[in-house]
Amino acid sequence: MEYVNPLTGFRVDGRRPNEMRQLKGEVGVVARADGSALFEMGNTRVIAAVYGPREVQNKGQQVNSKDALVRCEYRMADFSTGDRRRKPKGDRRSTEISLVIRQTMEASILTHLMPRSQIDIFVQVLQADGGTRAACINAATLALADAGIPMRDIVTSCSAGYLCSTPLLDLNYIEDSAGGPDVTVGFLTKMDKVTLLQMDAKLPMDTFETVMDLAIEGCKAIANYIREVLLENTRRLECQRG
Amino acid sequence: MRDLQLSLNQTQRVRLEAALHELQTVAPAAAVTVADTIPVNDEDNILKGHGTSDQDGEVVATLCGVVERVNKLVYVRTLRARYKPEVGDIIVGRVIEIAPKRWRLEINFSQDAVLMLSSMNLPDGIQRRRTAVDELNMRTIFEENDVICAEVRGFQHDGSLHLQARSQKYGKLERGQLLVVPAYLVKRRKQHFHHLEQYDVDLILGCNGFIWVGEHVVVGENANMMENKLNLSAEVENFTPLETRKHICRLANAVRVLSALGFTLTVELIIETAEASVSSNIEINNMLGAEFYVQTAEREVKRRADLLRKKSGAR
Repeated sequence: MEYVNPLTGFRVDGRRPNEMRQLKGEVGVVARADGSALFEMGNTRVIAAVYGPREVQNKGQQVNSKDALVRCEYRMADFSTGDRRRKPKGDRRSTEISLVIRQTMEASILTHLMPRSQIDIFVQVLQADGGTRAACINAATLALADAGIPMRDIVTSCSAGYLCSTPLLDLNYIEDSAGGPDVTVGFLTKMDKVTLLQMDAKLPMDTFETVMDLAIEGCKAIANYIREVLLENTRRLECQRG
Repeated sequence: MRDLQLSLNQTQRVRLEAALHELQTVAPAAAVTVADTIPVNDEDNILKGHGTSDQDGEVVATLCGVVERVNKLVYVRTLRARYKPEVGDIIVGRVIEIAPKRWRLEINFSQDAVLMLSSMNLPDGIQRRRTAVDELNMRTIFEENDVICAEVRGFQHDGSLHLQARSQKYGKLERGQLLVVPAYLVKRRKQHFHHLEQYDVDLILGCNGFIWVGEHVVVGENANMMENKLNLSAEVENFTPLETRKHICRLANAVRVLSALGFTLTVELIIETAEASVSSNIEINNMLGAEFYVQTAEREVKRRADLLRKKSGAR
């Protein structure tokens, strides 16, 4: 199958190799949560809710009393994929992605400002079309900012791949299923630091640098968009407050 | 729109969007988002306050909010966030646990607040030391899920937040409704207790966003109530007149409408909204309908425009 048209340079969904899918972010979608966000990257749709900082519910999990405890729960809705498979709640992939999201957000949250408290992040994939964990991290960032939790920087995430000798940005499901390498990067834009780096399948070292740079460019673009969404929301709240 | 789960028809949607758009035209304040750089004069010795951090010598916001400058202090006033206690704040909380010598209250803070047995007035009003019998009888004073009004006392050395309820006006709240709104909608004022005489209703605007609308209670009545407690039956004690109940529901719905639209909650605005629903012959349940939302938004736009015109005229 031709994932990149050799004549025109377009991908199967009409994008160029360095083009991102359509982004859409919305905050305040869950009424009862302290912070919530809906984030779409193309056909991938993710909803995130943040509760807290609140009292630690299980004191045994509190490692130390100087930092806030960050917990994350990731779930894919049964209807989010083409195949309807009922997965148990604690399956291996969900546990791994929950840990990944928690570690990524922990790097950004200023936990020392909220001692003896707990921050719960719930992320649910409503529609999956590739790049789900990147979308989950972006949704969690929006939800945390909506909840007023202090953060060092906006964490954004983007995936990139390498097919038909071409680096591709923001893979969709078809490209993800092609079996090529898939690099996911979590990035702090202002601090210029990487908080997450995952890759599957093999990739030469020099090509890996190119693909990773492309993913970082994608993260910067997403950060600009997220910043616009948050700024517009803040202005609206302030104007309505009066 | 956060809590607005309304089914607006086309006309109402256009009117609501026009009203909210009118509010946006007022000069927006210096809004910042996470990781934005706040411009400061490097020559001054700037104090970095809440919501800011130092990154490579420049002041960076850690929250989404509005930049405020007070002399040399620069801080970010956050909007949607949990309540930040200050000493002397009047708050409303809900008891979630009874521990030895203390109650734990949920007050929309990152930790539970603690009300010590020694920090509150006993029901009989006698000033004396607390004994073991008092500790055993703590559940008769406040039990789980009771709503309590108290004052922030401060943070103790172990980092926990302590409350106190040393006046007759504090204590258990009964025969009313508890509403939870975002804390940024309640501004700090000198007066947070309001007795609305025309409705015979007490309104308490807690600084933490918990708002109590309940039947009026005469302060100092507790001492007499203890004597009469044996004579009154439970039914008579809990009875509230229908008219007062309607007033409570109408005021509570006014608070719900204003908080859903994101307007600052003041007692004048709440009363004005409740009376607008009366004058428009809107039923109490229809106050949460789409039409009244749009009317409230339009009225608020007009009120702020009038306020702005007065300021311009005075200048």
